[in-house]
Amino acid sequence: MTRYVLRRLATSAVVVLGVSLITFMMLHGLSGSPGRAILGVEASAEAVAAFDREHGYDRSLVVQYVMYLGDLLQGDLGYSYRLNQSVNDLLAENAGRTAMLAGAALVLAIGIAVPLGVFQAVKRNSVGDNLLTALTFVAYSMPVFLLAMLLIQVFALGLGILPAQASQSSSNFVIFTEPRAMLLPVLTLTGVTVAMYSRYQRSAALDQLAQDYIRVARAKGLSTRMVLTRHLLRNACLPLVTLIGMSIPLLLAGNLVVESVFNYPGLGLLFFNSLNNQDYPVLLGYTLVASIMTVLGNLLADLVVAVSDPRTQNA
Amino acid sequence: MTETATARPVPELTSGWRLAVRSFAQNRLAVLGVGIIVALVLFCFAGPHLYVTEQITVDPVSSLLPPDAAHPLGTDAQGFDVLGRIMRGGQASLQIGLFAALIATAIGTLYGTVAGLAGGVVDGVMMRVVDTLLSIPFLFIVLIAATRFSSTVLSLSLILGAFSWLAPARLVRAEVLSLRSRGFVAAATVMGATKLRIITRHLIPNALGVVIVNITFQVADAIIAVSLLGFLGFGLNYPDVEWGTQLSEGVSYLFEGAWWLIYPVGGCLVLVVMAFNFVGDALRDSIDVRLRRR
Repeated sequence: MTRYVLRRLATSAVVVLGVSLITFMMLHGLSGSPGRAILGVEASAEAVAAFDREHGYDRSLVVQYVMYLGDLLQGDLGYSYRLNQSVNDLLAENAGRTAMLAGAALVLAIGIAVPLGVFQAVKRNSVGDNLLTALTFVAYSMPVFLLAMLLIQVFALGLGILPAQASQSSSNFVIFTEPRAMLLPVLTLTGVTVAMYSRYQRSAALDQLAQDYIRVARAKGLSTRMVLTRHLLRNACLPLVTLIGMSIPLLLAGNLVVESVFNYPGLGLLFFNSLNNQDYPVLLGYTLVASIMTVLGNLLADLVVAVSDPRTQNA
Repeated sequence: MTETATARPVPELTSGWRLAVRSFAQNRLAVLGVGIIVALVLFCFAGPHLYVTEQITVDPVSSLLPPDAAHPLGTDAQGFDVLGRIMRGGQASLQIGLFAALIATAIGTLYGTVAGLAGGVVDGVMMRVVDTLLSIPFLFIVLIAATRFSSTVLSLSLILGAFSWLAPARLVRAEVLSLRSRGFVAAATVMGATKLRIITRHLIPNALGVVIVNITFQVADAIIAVSLLGFLGFGLNYPDVEWGTQLSEGVSYLFEGAWWLIYPVGGCLVLVVMAFNFVGDALRDSIDVRLRRR
């Protein structure tokens, strides 16, 4: 077990290092020199060159990468010259609201997808299963923003019971203080996530249903409910743990679109606005953080699976 | 495994590919998917020749007209006929989806084959590169890249293709690794076949199934991805259009009740993505069958 953990930790560290190299190269290749960004378009070329020399931006790429890496290790993600604010502050300001939105959607999605998948596997090929499969297939083939627009059309414009825009409050806990204004964003993100999870959950549950231990449990005389909740559910959830780890990039991408559509002030909207400002330090800072979260998510998922299922450690 | 092989009667002399085609044709969803794709391709590429509309010069007088006899799907804010606009947008969306998928598959197949054949340290390094790129959220990196290019069919295809070859690379590598250790490759080596011959005559034809299945899913994903880029403002520029840009233009008029700007084009988008997913699922099943019967 220790060897497995150490090996996974080492590969994760290598991957994070690789990501930092990519974000550095993109930062360097896409944005102009920091001197130009700080001093503005009116500054003379000499002044820009002097600034770059003074701060080490004229040195070789390797040296600059080491400087960048040193900053990162001290937790410094860079500086947004457009917003005149450090990337750390910008991300920290918005992270809470995004965590609430994405977290609520993730919890809801798991809560819906797990029972849904088990239900579909147990009642496989019934009308209900086919209907749900068709429904998730449509949702799976739909870009996030289209689902958002459909929900806005039905609940905001048609029925008029929910606002079409997310709450603009700067509070992190707006989900609790203004739940109505957050329902559509959360539902949209939940919808696409459920569509992604429930297909896997159905096939994972189907795989488990065919196993011998289910037959043994039934032969012992356990009720269907006990077999499903005590035996099937636990084992059928393991593939989902891996899937949740892997789906972090998709969840963050969905969050980006949902925040842009509903104008919810979080990391996604910050990223969207930074795209239009070509504010690369913010864009790549968030990308780096998102990538590290992805790596950590995968690592955590693998460790949970390894602890729950010792067979995987040899793989 | 060997027992069943000897006990089985002499199989009919049908090629594996023909069996695959047969089982594909028996899958109703697959046939439906192919039908939808053919219909939409005809609609987008042949349609404009039969249903000629003005798509270059704006016509402010007839902007935002609801559907009527002259404009079956109404007009948009610039006065363009929406039905004709969907055809024009569909051309770009389908082209980008296909180009991006082909680029990704070409890079991924090559990369995966090299990694799988090289093995050892080279393989290890190449796969860590894939792991690294896979941990960067696809939409993020594609959007950042898109800020630096003027959007054309070619540039969007290149951007999407350049960042979506990772999944096919992994698939092909796994396939090459498993094929490499099979008896027929050893037999070919013993017979004195060169490395190049083994790659071109044995490995690539056998890995082709996985690659073809993957292309279908890649097209579906790329069409969704380009719609996201278009929706977020990085789509084609006027007078060109693709479905994502069209939808984002329509959003502004959703609150004025201009439903015809959204639902027809949204429907086409979902339909074509679903169709490619149907075909991909069916292809995967039929190629599995092919492997099982062999």
